[in-house]
Amino acid sequence: MLPMTGGMKGWTREQMAMRAAMDIPDGSYVNLGIGIPELVAKFVPEGREFIYHTENGLLGMGPEPAPGAEDSELINAGKKAVTALPGASFFHHCDSFTMIRGGHIDVCVLGAMQISQYGDLANWSTGAKGAIPAVGGAMDLVAGVKTIFVISQHTTKNGAAKLVEKCSYPLTGKQVVTRIFTNLAIIDVTPEGFRVRELAPGIGFEEVCAKTDAPLLPLEET
Amino acid sequence: MINKLISSIASAVKDIPDGATVMIGGFGEAGSPTALIHGLIDQGAKELTVINNNTGNGEVGLAALIASGRVKKMICSYPRSSHSKVFPELYRAGKIMLEIVPQGTLAERIRAGGAGIPAFYTATTVNTPLAEGKEIRRIEGRDYVLEYGLKADYALIKCERADRLGNLTYNKTARNFNPIMCTAANITIVQARKIVDVGGLDPENVITPNIFVDRVVEVANPVIESDLVAEGICYP
Repeated sequence: MLPMTGGMKGWTREQMAMRAAMDIPDGSYVNLGIGIPELVAKFVPEGREFIYHTENGLLGMGPEPAPGAEDSELINAGKKAVTALPGASFFHHCDSFTMIRGGHIDVCVLGAMQISQYGDLANWSTGAKGAIPAVGGAMDLVAGVKTIFVISQHTTKNGAAKLVEKCSYPLTGKQVVTRIFTNLAIIDVTPEGFRVRELAPGIGFEEVCAKTDAPLLPLEET
Repeated sequence: MINKLISSIASAVKDIPDGATVMIGGFGEAGSPTALIHGLIDQGAKELTVINNNTGNGEVGLAALIASGRVKKMICSYPRSSHSKVFPELYRAGKIMLEIVPQGTLAERIRAGGAGIPAFYTATTVNTPLAEGKEIRRIEGRDYVLEYGLKADYALIKCERADRLGNLTYNKTARNFNPIMCTAANITIVQARKIVDVGGLDPENVITPNIFVDRVVEVANPVIESDLVAEGICYP
């Protein structure tokens, strides 16, 4: 486990992944998207067991192999070398998407380009001329998985808000995201809109508001 | 006697005509029938419609077929790759058509095509641009999109072991789209790493029953696409 505080400001990629892992219940079947979500597998809290699904046909996916032990026919959805844990199974694409579309996967952690205050997700195309659309399994995942978490930097590299009132990019799914883990905060999508659940160390509510293009409800006092 | 074994790659792919629709197995390089794809490049068929999850790596295999200008249209879920610029450049130049299909819908359309099911409803793509112009039906309070089954003239498949009847087993995540594509093509052509005697495959472990397979060619030491890409090799 990583130290979560210590005079720093905001969360690193690893800390965002670790916080997301902490919110996944024991015994969950979990699908991890490409990018920061892949890091979630490194931070399973002690005493919990998750089973990882990768859409290209493996349930029981393990960590990356030792250098030199990579197998070009044992890869994850990001086409990186992985391992198969004891108890794993291989299957073809229809079985894999039966797991996804049939509602058998409990939690999916995805990356995002934009998330709206209603939980709409855009993560497959900017819709710009000349952009190459690439949807992969994202639309199947948001349509079929019970709980959709997003891990993402709070803003783009250029500082534009990713949490917005309404997505300007083409949608992956409507009203699908339940919780967002950014470098600044953990934010729930509620029927009233975005609500801060936890602030990263050294980050104030005002700063998160300033970097969010939608109304933000403050932390609920408990 | 039934014998689906073919002695050479060239004869296995020789009758694929111009304008054919070809399903190609694989997810990235895993399960890609690279030897058969290279055979198709050598053979010269053009104006092809290709169904694959991706658009190939570097300038070998599917990416090389696309680079050769033989592919008129790609039907795929994820045409971006960190290792291939071939498809994006042709697409931006307007030289290749793209039908983008979510991965699960792609798999189910192929399954349906192989199973004689002309169409089905799915929740995937509801409220997105990919559902535009498609029939929406509300079933038990939820909206679903009508999607049609996919069939092909040919399927190019990679497997691990095969017998002369066409029973197939696969290796790890190289299985992916291969078994379902076997069912959805008029002619299914397989490259197998090893041919075994009939009876040499445990019936409990056969993944593709031989009824779905037409031709099998042994490719004992298939190239690994990422090795070719790392070496900077461009096919042909």
